[in-house]
Amino acid sequence: MSSAVSRRVSLVVCLGAVLAPLSVSVAAEPDGRELFIESCASCHGSEGQGTDAGPSIIDAGAAAADFQLRTGRMPLADDGAQAVRKPPAFSPDEIEALTAFVASLGEGPEIPTVDLDGADLSDGQELFVANCAACHGATGSGGAVGAGALAPSLSVADPVEIAEAMLTGPGQMPVFTAIESEDIQDIVAYVVHLREQRAFGGADLGGIGPVPEGFVGLGLGVACLVAISVLLGSKRKRDEA
Amino acid sequence: MLRWLDGRLGIAGLARKSLKKVFPDHWSFLLGELALFSFIILLATGVFLTLFYRPDAQLVTYRGPYAPLQGQEVSAAYESVLRISFEVRSGLVMRQIHHWAALVFVGSIVVHMMRVFFTGAFRRPRDVNWVVGVVLLLLGIGAGFTGYSLPDDLLSGTGLRIAYSVLISVPLLGPHLAFLAFGGEFPTEGIISRLFVMHVMLIPALIIGLVSVHLAILWRQKHTQYKGAGRTEGNVVGKAFWPQQVMKSAALLALTAAVLAFMGGLLQINPIWDFGPFDATTVSAPSQPDWYVGWLEGALRLFPPLDLTLFGITIPSPFWPGVVMPGLAFTVMGAWPWIERRVTRDEAEHHLLDDPTDVPIRVGIGVAGLIFFGLLTLAGGNDVLAIMFNASVEQITNVLRIAIFVLPASGGWLAYRIAASLGNNKSNLLGRKRGVKLRRGPTGGF
Ligand code: HEC
Ligand code: HEC
Repeated sequence: MSSAVSRRVSLVVCLGAVLAPLSVSVAAEPDGRELFIESCASCHGSEGQGTDAGPSIIDAGAAAADFQLRTGRMPLADDGAQAVRKPPAFSPDEIEALTAFVASLGEGPEIPTVDLDGADLSDGQELFVANCAACHGATGSGGAVGAGALAPSLSVADPVEIAEAMLTGPGQMPVFTAIESEDIQDIVAYVVHLREQRAFGGADLGGIGPVPEGFVGLGLGVACLVAISVLLGSKRKRDEA
Repeated sequence: MLRWLDGRLGIAGLARKSLKKVFPDHWSFLLGELALFSFIILLATGVFLTLFYRPDAQLVTYRGPYAPLQGQEVSAAYESVLRISFEVRSGLVMRQIHHWAALVFVGSIVVHMMRVFFTGAFRRPRDVNWVVGVVLLLLGIGAGFTGYSLPDDLLSGTGLRIAYSVLISVPLLGPHLAFLAFGGEFPTEGIISRLFVMHVMLIPALIIGLVSVHLAILWRQKHTQYKGAGRTEGNVVGKAFWPQQVMKSAALLALTAAVLAFMGGLLQINPIWDFGPFDATTVSAPSQPDWYVGWLEGALRLFPPLDLTLFGITIPSPFWPGVVMPGLAFTVMGAWPWIERRVTRDEAEHHLLDDPTDVPIRVGIGVAGLIFFGLLTLAGGNDVLAIMFNASVEQITNVLRIAIFVLPASGGWLAYRIAASLGNNKSNLLGRKRGVKLRRGPTGGF
């Protein structure tokens, strides 16, 4: 079975699952609702309506579900910590099924398509600095955003995940609703560019500015020169003796 | 030729005397030279950068080779630094050497001052030169800060914004001071050219002037030296200026240049193209100043937001950590020779250095001061620490708020105890009684 056909079938299965909740899925395709009840309902409620342990995701949409599942954030560990990227808990098929199920619950953003061909890097740079750098850092190296949350490094997320993050605002990150689709492509292009761009000036020291530079300036520069002074100084002592 | 010169200037005698001038033999006397030599590198690379830099806030459209900025409106200053980085031949390496040299310059001043402090070299008659040194440290920091701001990128703009908020926090005078310095309400167009004049003219001229004074006083007063056989308060034992000391210094200059060139060539510093042009409406994180201003930034971050109102005058919170603390700290530092003299009632001139352990209390206070400034500097990077330790910024800040009181005191006390016991052992070995040296009168000489 080609993957396109399989996707269509799984979609049908999921739609079926939504329309006829009691019907038993015949194919070996994963059942979104079943998976959801199993792994997600304890926090999000059986209809995604939310509980004390997790928000309502009725209108989270396919983009949010796809992002949360593909970055391994969901299912969340039960310890109140910030959701972080980890290896996905589900297979791609299962993610598709779950995503379709979450999407069916209400009205939310769809999984965006990203095409970087016509993207404008310069617009992307401007938008990135204006909207993202305050939390993720100028080079996308990540940063602390207060209240214990960290904005992760942007060096791992794939283009679709980056676009999904903007559309759905995971965790402490704001949702960028006002941003147009074109702008999203530009920003994604710039983020991808940032991680591919070489450091023109040599080793990049982590790309987080003056703190590592200070450590290197003192720990390498000054320390080296002091060591050189010691050597020069003691050399004279030797030929004195 | 030499005779010709001598005929006009009559300097042969002076020169001969100078060439034979004695320099003591100890590596720690080279630390000050490190500062001098990194300053020379700063001057050389700085002149190169000045050829291409434009101190101009006027907006231009960027059309250079760096794709992500093409077509953007940026200041002419920022554009010129991009040009230095990407188009001027060897411009980037010059910029990077210049910046690394600045970090190393202030660092070696600090290391040199530590040597002078812990060995008591600041005592009479060198108290005046100690003050000159403290002023040079301040000028070094000022040179660094003004230079850091010149590229007009987003990061340095954040630094200027903070400087503005500190200035304006001075009670009564604040707004006037801030307007005087910036020429209006932040952000101002004129600030770049003002900073430029300070950075390439005023501050370097003052540094050169004061370094000359520093060295002239040194020349006149002669070096201090460590205690040892044949060394008294009245002589200086060591090598002649020519050829030994000159050779040694030349080697040090060459090696300083080599280390800085190595760093400038291989280690990226301040990639302003990543930060983007300055824009008053945005900040980026993490945003820090260079290390030698980090302690100020740290003080601002640690100090709780408290706007006091006294006698109807509101004192904004940045005033205490941004103006009062540095003012006090540098006053104590500058006045230290006199403070110590008051306590020890030691009015004598000293040309022999203390072993640091001779005066444990001085070690304790010095170490406490270093820890204090070290912690403040760390606090300046509290958000970076938060990521490193996987903690929240608030947790880090609160830990540092306690540490800033506890650690200098306990670390200083520990250093005092260690120095005291080391000193004890040594004086037992030498068969001397401890504590005598604290009040040692003039022994020999002058
Ligand atoms: C331990 C409780 C818990 C479990 C189990 C859990 N979640 Fe979540 N989920 C949360 C919390 C809390 C949030 C909000 C915090 C965040 O986004 O980091 C969240 C957020 C989400 C969001 C984003 C909501 C939005 O509006 O952007 C989606 C989508 C989601 N979960 C889907 C799932 C799916 C699908 C599963 C099952 C595979 C699952 N979650 C399992 C607790 C949980
Ligand atoms: C207010 C701070 C903030 C801003 C502004 C912000 N983010 Fe985020 N971002 C976060 C936080 C916090 C997370 C982690 C979310 C979580 O806890 O699940 C995050 C996560 C992400 C991720 C997922 C990274 C990964 O590897 O899992 C991407 C991609 C992302 N952000 C992109 C962006 C882009 C692009 C912008 C600008 C349009 C932006 N962010 C603006 C705070 C922010």
